[in-house]
Amino acid sequence: MSEPLLSLSAVHTSYGNIEALHGIDLVVYPGEIVCLIGANGAGKTTTLMSISGCVKTRSGTIRFDGKDITQMPSDRIVRLGLAQSPEGRKIFPRLTVLENLEMGAFIRDDKAGIAADIERVIALFPILGERRHQAGGTLSGGEQQMLAVGRAMMSRPKLLLLDEPSLGLAPLIVLKIFEVIKTLNAEGTTILLVEQNARMALRHSHRGYVLETGAITMADKADVLLADPRVQAAYLGEGDH
Amino acid sequence: MELVIQQLLLGLTNGMVFALIALGYTMVYGILELINFAHGDLFMLASFLALTLVGLFGLGDASGGTLAVGLVGVIVVCALFAAGLNWVVDRVVYKPLRKAPKLAPLVSAIGVSFVFMNLGLFWGGLPMDEFGGGVAPAAPKSFPELLPNINLLGEDATLRVTPKDLLVIVSSLVVMAALFWFVNRTKLGKAMRATAQNPVAARLMGIDVDKVIGATFLIGGALAGFAAVIYSLYINTINFQMGYQNGLYAFTAAVLGGIGNIRGAVLGGLVIGLLRAFSDQFIGAQWQPAILFGTLILILVFRPTGLLGSTAREKV
Repeated sequence: MSEPLLSLSAVHTSYGNIEALHGIDLVVYPGEIVCLIGANGAGKTTTLMSISGCVKTRSGTIRFDGKDITQMPSDRIVRLGLAQSPEGRKIFPRLTVLENLEMGAFIRDDKAGIAADIERVIALFPILGERRHQAGGTLSGGEQQMLAVGRAMMSRPKLLLLDEPSLGLAPLIVLKIFEVIKTLNAEGTTILLVEQNARMALRHSHRGYVLETGAITMADKADVLLADPRVQAAYLGEGDH
Repeated sequence: MELVIQQLLLGLTNGMVFALIALGYTMVYGILELINFAHGDLFMLASFLALTLVGLFGLGDASGGTLAVGLVGVIVVCALFAAGLNWVVDRVVYKPLRKAPKLAPLVSAIGVSFVFMNLGLFWGGLPMDEFGGGVAPAAPKSFPELLPNINLLGEDATLRVTPKDLLVIVSSLVVMAALFWFVNRTKLGKAMRATAQNPVAARLMGIDVDKVIGATFLIGGALAGFAAVIYSLYINTINFQMGYQNGLYAFTAAVLGGIGNIRGAVLGGLVIGLLRAFSDQFIGAQWQPAILFGTLILILVFRPTGLLGSTAREKV
């Protein structure tokens, strides 16, 4: 296989004296959709925040696109082509939908390209077009999620990190979001997805990792994980639908 | 009736100055949640620089084109000086405390305020004619009357409008319009608002938050420097405690308008200016603080976020 686009080796991250990640090893290859599943508090968000440089790792290395980004400041990591749609959406509540999208393209200077990409986001999420001059904070939860994903696309990242894009959303909107994830991936964006909705995530991913209390306990092809009785018991619940 | 209009004019001119200073408080607070107590004293130092420059270049005796060029020069130099000093203070004093509890930079800001005030005291003791030859550092210094003190409506009119009034109001409006354009229309301005609203998300957009904070201190400082020159021209006397006094009014204005909110700072400044003017005229100057701060308390009781404070809660 080719060189990994992203690789974490033995990454430890702590909050104060409490270690949240106990040595994570994870790789994402170009063109993949990889999902990271696990219970609340397992360290999924911490993993993504460590990759994006928002929390400092204690030890281990994170490499992206051939460069060591372990101690790099967040804004420089974004400039290398690694964007994130963070947990809780974190949209800018008093910027309009358009301004939020413009901020997503902060690292770019090609006005025409940015305008074209805004249209592209609106084509994927038409509701954002209707709300383009509305303040981000006035959007519904689902609309904010679409905006967060759209905003993260605006930097044209090589790798897109998505933290719980389906959290708290109506099933139809969840489907819509996963449809967009598929589209982005087909167009060449590599995706690392964190999800509580494990079934949905595994169905749309190539590979998956299971994270339990700060350590990777399983890593395999997504369909293998879907069929695994331990995964089924812990994360997929009863019945298949 | 003339009395009401006269006080309205007085309130507006003073309010513009408070608004300009309040903007510096509110912009820094919006991004760092830091009340930069040294901001008023920065304003004071800039006015000392203005008086020094006026003395060095003999602007007190200049007129016409020389005076106009000189004044623009003084405004530019004072704005640059205050911007630079504000930026340096952030880098040297506040930046190392970014991750410390909020109380640490706050107390440091009070410290910087004292340092500035004593610098002003030292500056006021310089052996320059403009500073009274250095004999009484703490004494108020008179700032030369550079603009003609004439009534634009004619010397017989009951209503008095001077070139100074016009200068303060017009130039403040221009500066504020430029600020609003910058904050709402430019990429850096939008990044500033984004950083104030969610610094983590701003980082994830590739925004260098440190640079944005630096730019905020530069702009807030420049506004204070500009305000210092026009205020000195207007009021014709400066002293080392004027930063503390005007800073307190401006800070009150920022809170009244909704701290962190740029339009709120302008509105708050005007409200404070007008309240002061009208209460002095119709109630009595001795009641001024009681009325100002009583109004502040009343507004905060009914609108804890201030007049224009953010009420749009973020959805989860």
